[in-house]
Amino acid sequence: VIATGRPSERRAGWLLSAPALAAITLFFLLPALASLALSFTDFDIYALSNLANLRFIGFGNYTALLNNPLFWQAMGNTMWFVVLGVPLLVATSLGAALLVNARMLKWRPLWRVALFAPYVTTLVATAVVWRYLLHTRYGLINYALGSVGIAPIDWLGNPHASLPAILIFVAWKSFGYNMIIFLAALQTVPKELTEAALIDGAGEWSRFRHVTLPAIAPTMLLVAILTISGMFQLFAEPYVMTQGGPSQSTVTVLYFMYEEGFKYWSLGSGASVAVVLFLIIVAVTMVQLRFAKRGGAI
Amino acid sequence: VNIDRRQFVAGAAAIPLLGSCARGGADVEMWAMGNEAAAMPELLAMLGAGKNLPSVSVQPLPWTAAHEKLLTGFAGGALPALSQVGNSWIAELAAIGAIEPVPAAQGAMLDGQFEAVIDTCRIGNKIWAVPWYVDTRVQYYRRDLFAKAGYEAPPPRWDDWKAALHKVKRVAGEGNYAVLMPVNEFEHLTTIALSAKAGMLNAEGTRGAFGNPEFVAALGFYKSLFDEGLAPLASATQISNVWNEFARGYFSVYPSGPWTIGDMKKRLPATFQDKWGTAPNPGPEGTGAAAPGGSSLVVFRGSANSANSWSIINALLGQSGQDTLQKLTGDLPARKASWIAAPNIAAFATQLENARALPKVPEWERIVSEMQIVAERMLRGQFSVKQAAAEIDVRANRLLEKRRWMVEKGRAL
Repeated sequence: VIATGRPSERRAGWLLSAPALAAITLFFLLPALASLALSFTDFDIYALSNLANLRFIGFGNYTALLNNPLFWQAMGNTMWFVVLGVPLLVATSLGAALLVNARMLKWRPLWRVALFAPYVTTLVATAVVWRYLLHTRYGLINYALGSVGIAPIDWLGNPHASLPAILIFVAWKSFGYNMIIFLAALQTVPKELTEAALIDGAGEWSRFRHVTLPAIAPTMLLVAILTISGMFQLFAEPYVMTQGGPSQSTVTVLYFMYEEGFKYWSLGSGASVAVVLFLIIVAVTMVQLRFAKRGGAI
Repeated sequence: VNIDRRQFVAGAAAIPLLGSCARGGADVEMWAMGNEAAAMPELLAMLGAGKNLPSVSVQPLPWTAAHEKLLTGFAGGALPALSQVGNSWIAELAAIGAIEPVPAAQGAMLDGQFEAVIDTCRIGNKIWAVPWYVDTRVQYYRRDLFAKAGYEAPPPRWDDWKAALHKVKRVAGEGNYAVLMPVNEFEHLTTIALSAKAGMLNAEGTRGAFGNPEFVAALGFYKSLFDEGLAPLASATQISNVWNEFARGYFSVYPSGPWTIGDMKKRLPATFQDKWGTAPNPGPEGTGAAAPGGSSLVVFRGSANSANSWSIINALLGQSGQDTLQKLTGDLPARKASWIAAPNIAAFATQLENARALPKVPEWERIVSEMQIVAERMLRGQFSVKQAAAEIDVRANRLLEKRRWMVEKGRAL
């Protein structure tokens, strides 16, 4: 577009986007490059006291990372969060959006607010409530499970149950945001198409499958990308609920990076985790975009 | 007036303080944490700060954020003149050159203190901090249940201790255990290791010594407590109310520090108060060891007038300063002369006389959390005792790589 414009237009374009570009360069690009540089050094507390103690170690942080079992555990945990969490979140938020968009529903604004409320509530406060809900002996969830004959589950203490427990909490906490995006998209689906399909004798499901879904496909892609990158960057929920435990079963890549960088001040090693995470998210998004292009979503 | 960058940053960081401090422009700025921070205004007023002593403005920090705040304060040149610090942070602060060693002229403050506590502040033949109050871990036990099992107190030798726990567990009944050692807390294993006289690192602190027979014996003993059903395989988050569970008999021995005395009194009914007591930790051949803990006072390097800071510390370590600290906070004062005679306190004195300092390298906190990660995996069946010890050594050696390089270059303390 720029190449075909007149020089004065081109200049105006650059001028108008200059403040934003400057901010991105200063607050995103430079720190990102600096942390890339940092990841090739062994910056730690010794270097903090005297820069002469800083060593350039090439890919040392990366090889150490690949040999660190906790990193792989964090990676595995994160993968589980992504593989289980993304479909769960997308399905929940789409379901909720369909629900609060349905015409037969009364008090629609009220429902929308109620379902959006968890997203805007303070994380720490909700975590306290959820710790009670998930309590092994006095928790509401185990009480409910008990009434259908399921033995109490030690949600936050059992290394096999802790990840699903966090996942349930994350899904509850963040589906509201995606729901709003889906809701906006659902309202742009042309009514004529749905009505035409209805006249052609399409049932509820095939109208959803062949009219609604194709119409909101680009939104679906956007939500999927946002959710995947969100799941890869999961940190606050395990931090407040389990602090990575039990048995490191809820240590995510970002939690691992936080511990490296800010608990132990191994900033070099922490930066290398950040770079690896960045590369993974970029790669996954590229694959997703390719699939979406082939499927005609964009 | 010449203001360098460091002072400028420090001043900028202190601006928010001025609003909250009634007496802006105090002679000395101090950071303190937790209960002690809350007691400082009263303590300082009693000592005459601002009259016969320099005036002090105290900034309270929460314990959970204090360590990070000290390091960021150092990185940004925004440290105060003096601070309370946890004893386990001293090695790190000394290694990065953030603190001043205690001048020889101030040595008298260390008289009448516990040798093991002073030893935690001694790195490279210099004392880097003045112990202010002390703590250590002893066992809290159920007097009534031990009496029912035929014991007046937990026996001091490992074998007898374990036999007693088996009996107590039977007395406590079905579904109960004998001792609580949450598997995410490393302190229990380090206490056992210190009792077994394990060094954990080599003399220079450059390599792990977890494969040594003393530590392997300690690790085996630790594992046997879980294997024999004496300790529940649970982390601290799973025990929602330790005191209630203790009163209920879910466990009859709980290794913990002096702060638990207050909790026991506050959270459990008066009728329960004669049912618990404290005893020193057991060891392989008799009374075991523990790590000396608590807080010390440090003066930061390069602060403007360190004589002011030392005179404050001197007052805080004096007889009336230590007495008042004890009265206001219930802490165990660093100087034995200010200890009060009270039931349940004697065990702490015995334990502190038998305390041994943990390795004093900046990497220690990290090593010890790796140690506990491996130990928890061992308890869950992923490693044998020998394999676990070897694995801890591998991880410790990896963490100490930089320190080995520093020692080689002669730059480490």
